[in-house]
Amino acid sequence: MSIPTEALWVLLLGSLLGLELIGKVPPTLHTPLMSGANAISGITMLAALTLIIKAGADGNAALLAIGSVSLGFALFNVIGGFLVTDRMLAMFSRKSARRKDTNS
Amino acid sequence: MNTVEILKFAIDLVAVLLLALGIKGLSKVRSAREANRLAAVAMGFAVIGVLVNSLGTTGIVAEAWIWIILGTLVGGSLGAMTAQRVPMTSMPETVALFNGCGGMSSLLVALGVAIFPAAAAGEAGGGLVEDISIVVSVFVGSITFTGSIVAMAKLQGWLSTPPWMQSRARHAVNIALAVMSLVAAIELGRHGDNASALWLLVIGSGLLGIGVTLPIGGADMPVVISLLNSYSGVAAAAAGFVVGSQLLIVAGAMVGAAGLILTQVMCDGMNRSLVSVLFGGALGASSASGGGGEYTNITSCSAEECALTLEAAERVVVVPGYGLAVAQAQHTLREVTRVLEAGGIEVTYAIHPVAGRMPGHMNVLLAEADVPYEQLKEMDVINPEFPATDVVLVLGANDVVNPQAKTDTTSPLYGMPVLDVQEARTVFVVKRGMSAGYSGIKNDLFELANTSMVFGDAKKVLGDLLVELKELGVGKKG
Repeated sequence: MSIPTEALWVLLLGSLLGLELIGKVPPTLHTPLMSGANAISGITMLAALTLIIKAGADGNAALLAIGSVSLGFALFNVIGGFLVTDRMLAMFSRKSARRKDTNS
Repeated sequence: MNTVEILKFAIDLVAVLLLALGIKGLSKVRSAREANRLAAVAMGFAVIGVLVNSLGTTGIVAEAWIWIILGTLVGGSLGAMTAQRVPMTSMPETVALFNGCGGMSSLLVALGVAIFPAAAAGEAGGGLVEDISIVVSVFVGSITFTGSIVAMAKLQGWLSTPPWMQSRARHAVNIALAVMSLVAAIELGRHGDNASALWLLVIGSGLLGIGVTLPIGGADMPVVISLLNSYSGVAAAAAGFVVGSQLLIVAGAMVGAAGLILTQVMCDGMNRSLVSVLFGGALGASSASGGGGEYTNITSCSAEECALTLEAAERVVVVPGYGLAVAQAQHTLREVTRVLEAGGIEVTYAIHPVAGRMPGHMNVLLAEADVPYEQLKEMDVINPEFPATDVVLVLGANDVVNPQAKTDTTSPLYGMPVLDVQEARTVFVVKRGMSAGYSGIKNDLFELANTSMVFGDAKKVLGDLLVELKELGVGKKG
């Protein structure tokens, strides 16, 4: 049995990085940040992709279908998540852009 | 390392760097939008990395391409459509739905590998770590999926909590489900290919997700969604172990940890601990005993009287709540405040950290209606200003303005930070009826002498108010 020590290090350091990345978040950004982080968690699409490619090589039709459905769910999460976050944030930036116009 | 591996490695590094910068940037107002795009680009890089690596090594057969394109088109276009169509008021539900699908994706990957072990052969290379990561991925993925869907259904109002779920019995049920999942997980870890244990784990953890989320009250729901969001990161990291992708492990771990911090920040805003949110039961559960009772001494008034008082005011503070969001009244509100401002009346908006159904919900909503950002005041800033305020307009908010939270130690709300609107000279509460707020707790504010109720849907009341104010000539002379 092999223990993937490298992967475990990656897990540890990734977690620590995540803990440090977000310090003080203004309440305004709680929803967009949650939504954005949520879109990133759709990164599991990489796993689905890997699964499909492998299943294709093995000629495993059932696994191809499972992988494809999984990829669909993940992309729903990713595309929808980023777009919805952008929609929310657009309201803030539009505001500041206008403010600049009126000030000048 | 050959060229392909080096290329893939470089792409992965760039992707991780961009993702980290993206998450960091999302926590600052100025950089948030660019950060979101940066993260999206990073995800694109990550996908290219996987494709390049496969093309350069094993190759990708045509059949695999078909399924990849099919999954991408269906999932991607549905996601894009949902993101475009959903109204701003139902953002929390939408995030919950997306999140649940992310969990489902991890669950399916783990299931696929568990059912066809030969297909895995990731870097974990079989053995204990792979078994554990499959178990974690199935468990967390399943909980994330059902939990998020329940959260969405509750926020949409499609689902309400059955009474037995608010009783202590639910703890027994949930513990039983947890034990069931644990037994199945251990069984699965001991003998990798045990189909019945696998399905037991899927069903057990799925039901557990429902059991834990269902009793949680609306005010606490954002915290739960944030926590489930963190879980889906964990599920992604576990899926990374399953297929042997370090990029996936890093990104999943980052989102998981960052989600946890965000959850903590949200809890702090409500003065609640995560444990009490998850296990203390909904605020509503204890409301029947604590702080209930009928209302007496309610003063109600018409929009006309409200307009007269507003006309005479110098400083007005608007307290928006979920009722405003439901009634889609933010634009009408903006028209009313424009008239007031034109009449020389100072208008600010008091934003409670958990007003609405999600932190920041009101900010998003008011921003949509073109309310200047600097007029939105956070609770700590606005609270000392209430004594110098002439009129407070409470629009569809309830629990966040309940003075009980400060005065009544027996109240379930006790200790939650609230807006001290009762300090103002006059308070108008626009509300559809005398029904309790989301927590189900009586609001002492409504009985105070300086409080008047204006009954009706927020949009309709604001519309009437607008007409009355215009008839009074407010804002005409400037």
